[in-house]
Amino acid sequence: MKIPVVKQILNANDQVAADNRALFDQLGVFVVNLMASPGAGKTSVILATTARLPQNVRPGVIEGDLASTIDADTIAARNIPVVQVNTGGNCHLDAPMIRRALANLSLETIDLLFIENVGNLVCPAEFKLGANIAVVIASAPEGHDKPYKYPGMFAVADAVLLNKADLLQVFDFDVDYFRRGIEMVNPDAPLFPLSCRTGAGVDAWMSWLLERYAEFVEDRKQSAIV
Amino acid sequence: MHELSVTENILQIALDAAQKNGARRITAIHLVIGELSSIVDDSVQFYFDLLSKGTLAENATLHFQRVPSVAVCLDCTHQFDARAPLEPRCPQCGSARLQIRGGREFFIESIEVENENSCR
Repeated sequence: MKIPVVKQILNANDQVAADNRALFDQLGVFVVNLMASPGAGKTSVILATTARLPQNVRPGVIEGDLASTIDADTIAARNIPVVQVNTGGNCHLDAPMIRRALANLSLETIDLLFIENVGNLVCPAEFKLGANIAVVIASAPEGHDKPYKYPGMFAVADAVLLNKADLLQVFDFDVDYFRRGIEMVNPDAPLFPLSCRTGAGVDAWMSWLLERYAEFVEDRKQSAIV
Repeated sequence: MHELSVTENILQIALDAAQKNGARRITAIHLVIGELSSIVDDSVQFYFDLLSKGTLAENATLHFQRVPSVAVCLDCTHQFDARAPLEPRCPQCGSARLQIRGGREFFIESIEVENENSCR
C-alpha cells in the first residue's frame, strides 16, 4: 500500500528555523547568514562591516566552526558580543545549533546579528537557520568558476561579495564570467567586489546591507501599528 | 557531506507516516531530489541501512526520483538539462545569457507499507 507523504526532508530543521526567526523578529534583530569557502574572508567581512556600522546599529556574532575559538576570539577582541558554535566536525550549522547558541547571547543588546557559517560551499545552502538574508562570500584566489561548480550555494544568496578584489588581476579573475554564473541561478542577487584589506568597495556593500536593515526596521514599525 | 543528518530526517518522517497509518512495515520510500540539491544517493542508502536496523523501515528500499534542472537560453530559447558544473554557454547559439530553472526539490513523496491486515 502506498501512502502519500509529501514532506520536505529537512522539515524538522525548517520548523526550528521558523521559530528562530520568530524570536529574532520579536526582539528586532536582523540576521545575516554568511556562507563561503574556508579562507574566503568571512571573519574579515564581519570585522570590516561591524567597524563601519552606525552607533545605533549594535552588532553581534555567532561563529560556526568545526572546532576552535580562533575566529570568536578575534571578534571578542573588538568588544563585539560573540558566541562560538563548534559543530564537532559537522559540515554546516543547522537551526537547532543556532537555537542553543542564543542561550549564550543577549539578543536585547543586538540589532544586527551575523552568523558565520562553517566554511563550505555545499551543505550550508541546504540548512535554513532563521536568518533574514543569506550572503555568500567568494574571493579572488578561489577562481571565477565557483558559481558554475556550486550553483546551489549561489542560488540561495541574497547578495554575493567578491572579497580580495585587490588581487583580481593576480589570479586572472574574470569578474564578468563570475557575474554571469551567478545570474544563471540567481538574476536578482547584487554582486559587490570588495577588499577587506584595503577597504575598497566595502561602502557599496555597507549601504546595501543598511538599506535591508532599514527596511526590516520599517516593516516592524508598520506591523506594530496594526 | 551531510547525508547522515539528511538520512536521519528521511527515516523519522517515514516512521512517523507509517505509524500514523498503522503500518507494520515500510517496504519502500520514494524521494524527489532536484539535480542541484547536493546529496549522494549511495551514501544516503548506506546510512539508511545502518540507521533503520530494528525499525519498521528495516530493509526498505529508497527510490530516488531525480528532477533535472533546466537551463534556458535567454537569446534563442533553447532548453537543456543543467547540472553542476554548469555550462557557461548555450550549446545552440553560444550565448552566455542563461537561466537555470528548477532542480531544488528535496522531499519525501510517499512510502510503501504493509499493514496488519495485508498479512492475514
